[in-house]
Amino acid sequence: MIGYEARQEAALSFRWRSYVLLAILGASALALGWRAANLALRDHGFLASQGNARFTRVAAIVAHRGTIIDRYGEPLAVSTPVDSVWTNPRELALATDQIPRLAAALKVDRQELTRRVTSNLDREFLYLERHLQPAEAQQIRALEIPGVYLSREYRRYFPAGEVAGHILGFTNVDDAGQEGLELAFDHWLAGEDGAKRVIQDRYGRVVQDVDSIRSARPGRDLILSIDLRIQYLAYRELKAAILQQRARAGSVVVLDVATGEVLAMVNQPAYNPNDREQFVAATYRNRAATDIFEPGSSIKPFFVAAGLASGKYDDRSVIDTSPGFFKVGVKTIEDEHGSLGVINLATILAKSSNVGMARLALSLEPQLIWKTLTSLGFGQVTTSGYPGESAGLLSDYAHWRPIGIATMSHGYGLSVTPLQLAHAYATIGALGMNRPVSFLRVDSAPTGERVLDPNLCRELISMLESVVAAEGTGKRAAIPGYRVAGKTGTAWKATAGGYSTDRYMAVFGGMAPSSNPRLAAVVVIDEPSAGKYMGGDVAAPVFSAVVGHALRLLAVAPDEPVHALPDTEPGAAAAQGVRTAALQ
Amino acid sequence: MYEEVTSGSRTRRTLTGTARMLAALKLDGALLIGLALVAVYGLVVLYSASGQSLPTIIRAGAHLGMGAVAMLLLAQVNPNFLRRSSPWLYLLGVVLLLVVDGIGYIGKGAQRWLDLGVLRFQPSEVMKLAVPMMCAWFLHDRALPPTVSSLAILAALILVPVGLVALQPDLGTAALIAIAGSLVIVMAGLKVRIMAGLAALGAIAGWFGWAFMHDYQKKRVLTFFDPNTDRLGAGYHIIQSQIAIGSGGVFGKGWMHGSQAQLQFLPERSTDFIFAVIGEEFGLLGLALLLLLYAFVVARALYLAMQTQDTFARLLGGSLALTFFVYVFINAGMVSGLLPVVGVPLPLVSYGGSSMVTLLAGFGILMSLYSHRKLMGS
Repeated sequence: MIGYEARQEAALSFRWRSYVLLAILGASALALGWRAANLALRDHGFLASQGNARFTRVAAIVAHRGTIIDRYGEPLAVSTPVDSVWTNPRELALATDQIPRLAAALKVDRQELTRRVTSNLDREFLYLERHLQPAEAQQIRALEIPGVYLSREYRRYFPAGEVAGHILGFTNVDDAGQEGLELAFDHWLAGEDGAKRVIQDRYGRVVQDVDSIRSARPGRDLILSIDLRIQYLAYRELKAAILQQRARAGSVVVLDVATGEVLAMVNQPAYNPNDREQFVAATYRNRAATDIFEPGSSIKPFFVAAGLASGKYDDRSVIDTSPGFFKVGVKTIEDEHGSLGVINLATILAKSSNVGMARLALSLEPQLIWKTLTSLGFGQVTTSGYPGESAGLLSDYAHWRPIGIATMSHGYGLSVTPLQLAHAYATIGALGMNRPVSFLRVDSAPTGERVLDPNLCRELISMLESVVAAEGTGKRAAIPGYRVAGKTGTAWKATAGGYSTDRYMAVFGGMAPSSNPRLAAVVVIDEPSAGKYMGGDVAAPVFSAVVGHALRLLAVAPDEPVHALPDTEPGAAAAQGVRTAALQ
Repeated sequence: MYEEVTSGSRTRRTLTGTARMLAALKLDGALLIGLALVAVYGLVVLYSASGQSLPTIIRAGAHLGMGAVAMLLLAQVNPNFLRRSSPWLYLLGVVLLLVVDGIGYIGKGAQRWLDLGVLRFQPSEVMKLAVPMMCAWFLHDRALPPTVSSLAILAALILVPVGLVALQPDLGTAALIAIAGSLVIVMAGLKVRIMAGLAALGAIAGWFGWAFMHDYQKKRVLTFFDPNTDRLGAGYHIIQSQIAIGSGGVFGKGWMHGSQAQLQFLPERSTDFIFAVIGEEFGLLGLALLLLLYAFVVARALYLAMQTQDTFARLLGGSLALTFFVYVFINAGMVSGLLPVVGVPLPLVSYGGSSMVTLLAGFGILMSLYSHRKLMGS
């Protein structure tokens, strides 16, 4: 039994302990209250601003890059919204258990992802994947992995793919122009990002727009002079020819004679600007504007133009080309198939007589030749503004020696770009009006600058028609229903230590319909190696196919009756048709 | 038509009827009202904190229902039976903890769950009740204050399950079990000298512990004192929760308008950190209301415990009431930056079935101890 005192002591002890416990309870409750009051009253301002700092952000309103369309509004380059996934590596590193899920969603190797995250811990921003389709990005967002965010960007799509790849160029991953017209008109196409204040949640999702600080200025659209239908035609015919002739490369340029607009410009080899993985620097070049070559006989019409301009020659003038060769200094100029005898200028062009051309050129003032060539645009960049365009090579006439003039007259010792050459043919077709080359649609034809007499040009065009006639070197350029004027060219390629005798540039330049030229075009085939190599055999059929289809597409009135239907080889059949028509 | 002849107004009749019914069910009306108010408040907050998730509210309601059933059933149980079954419950709990630690089912990275097919169940939750019951059982027929050898046995009885839970690792629950057991000892009576000695021992152990801690552990402690040293890591939770409470001010930002909570900057917003949601959306007044409700529940529970007659009931009842207070204090303390972050839910408010059922079961035991007090032998 416990005694009274002991019980008394126990009761006292119990009461004492109760007080102590209650005191501790009270003190704890007070501490809690004090702490909560401190936070809610004393620190309220600071903590509220800290909170705002976490959920309000100034976000960029990404400006939309302008669309590039062809002359009829077909889209050629379009920016579509995509989402990029980025992370704050320091945040993600705290949730390493989430990395396998993330890696699976991004379809990347788990270790690789871990390594990327852990080796970038000193950074607060790291792209994990650029340009995902919005639907795919939504799946990543749905994982709700801390430290993984999305940002809206735009990716450029080129609906025409390879067909218009060169001319358009491409943009980089940040949608800034890198090549081609995307680069040339970057300032026009690029918009200006705006800014807005937003409320966003922990995962970077914008929950609410608060206000706009500065609205985005979207990029402006760009209307090109390109006609996508003709562009596609040119692409198809050139690619077929390159494959068939086993050629190294090639270009086709089609210009609108009346306006100076580029309707089509294609090159091979080409690339698909939508597939960046296959980018090979060697295929980027828009050879039609950037690469120069010695034009061979395709330069001859412009020397004839100089001859006509000199007043010494007209369409009845004849030149003695016998015995088929002649010496200039130590060098011999010769014709391909022996002596042609005394022939007129049209025949010189039709048979592409080097001797005749050399005699003509040597009879002229070098300054006049230089002036004529320069006024047609040789030796200078065109006004197209295309990035990286080459000026070609045309030396000053003060340095010209007879042998130089003689070789130049059949296209050696000077270099041109396909675009320059096409422009010169277009100027002849426009009866001497040099209109600036334009990649943009022009609403009214520019007046241009008169550089040659219209009658002179008519005479020259008429001579060039004989090239495409049955006996001409360019008969395969003929188009049923249309009269064609043009000139072939077959040039040895310059190599180290002289000219190669088995590597050629096959060229055809011309215009149609020659009664009132609407289109001027140049076809260049680099190193055809399937047997045929002459401009008239390799390049002329491409010209016929492209320009023929284009004229019909543009509903250009035929200027010649058609009496025979084309058979399987359009070029040959066309020539046949023209010949038949001419005979009747 | 005639009226039933009874005395008093309709209201009084209803009240007396209710009181009689509660007495028959061995429930305490005042405590029940206090618990119900906290629970309803909790559901209101949870709806906002869960991001307006109705399924969450329904599940939380189901947890409450299960807890209420557990409370109702335990209130009917004779305390003598409870006392006698304490050692067996304790043993069962230890065995289950061993099972969980050994071959336990892995849930959320830590081994805490035992999958019984239909429901998953945390043995550590049982220990929150079994340990104080065991301690009270051990002391109920011994002279108080306990002797040193009794204290050694009690220490072992507490430390074994605490150690097993800590291994899981679930430090928050381990701490709560240790506190629930220790409270029994404190109430049983400790000499001032022994308490002082233990405090000194604790201080020395702390000093040694610091010296032997791993760097990352030291960092955690330092982070508690200055969360800004690790803003994105361990400090993240506590910074966000303090911002939430502080930016709520006196009146709060309004229900479902707490930006920290709704925009998910606040982690674990519907579980461990729901206290911060209350602070942000209902302000200091909302927190004060909650704390007052808790104070009422704790006061009523302590009162019930004091009214009991025998040692077992007093020790156990007191421990249950005080443990409830400790819950509130630890959770509110950690969320407001007064204590380091440990995983202790806010009782009856945080979303989570196990703790809800255990808490209400504890109150059921308390009500049983109170309502059966006159049956108990001395």
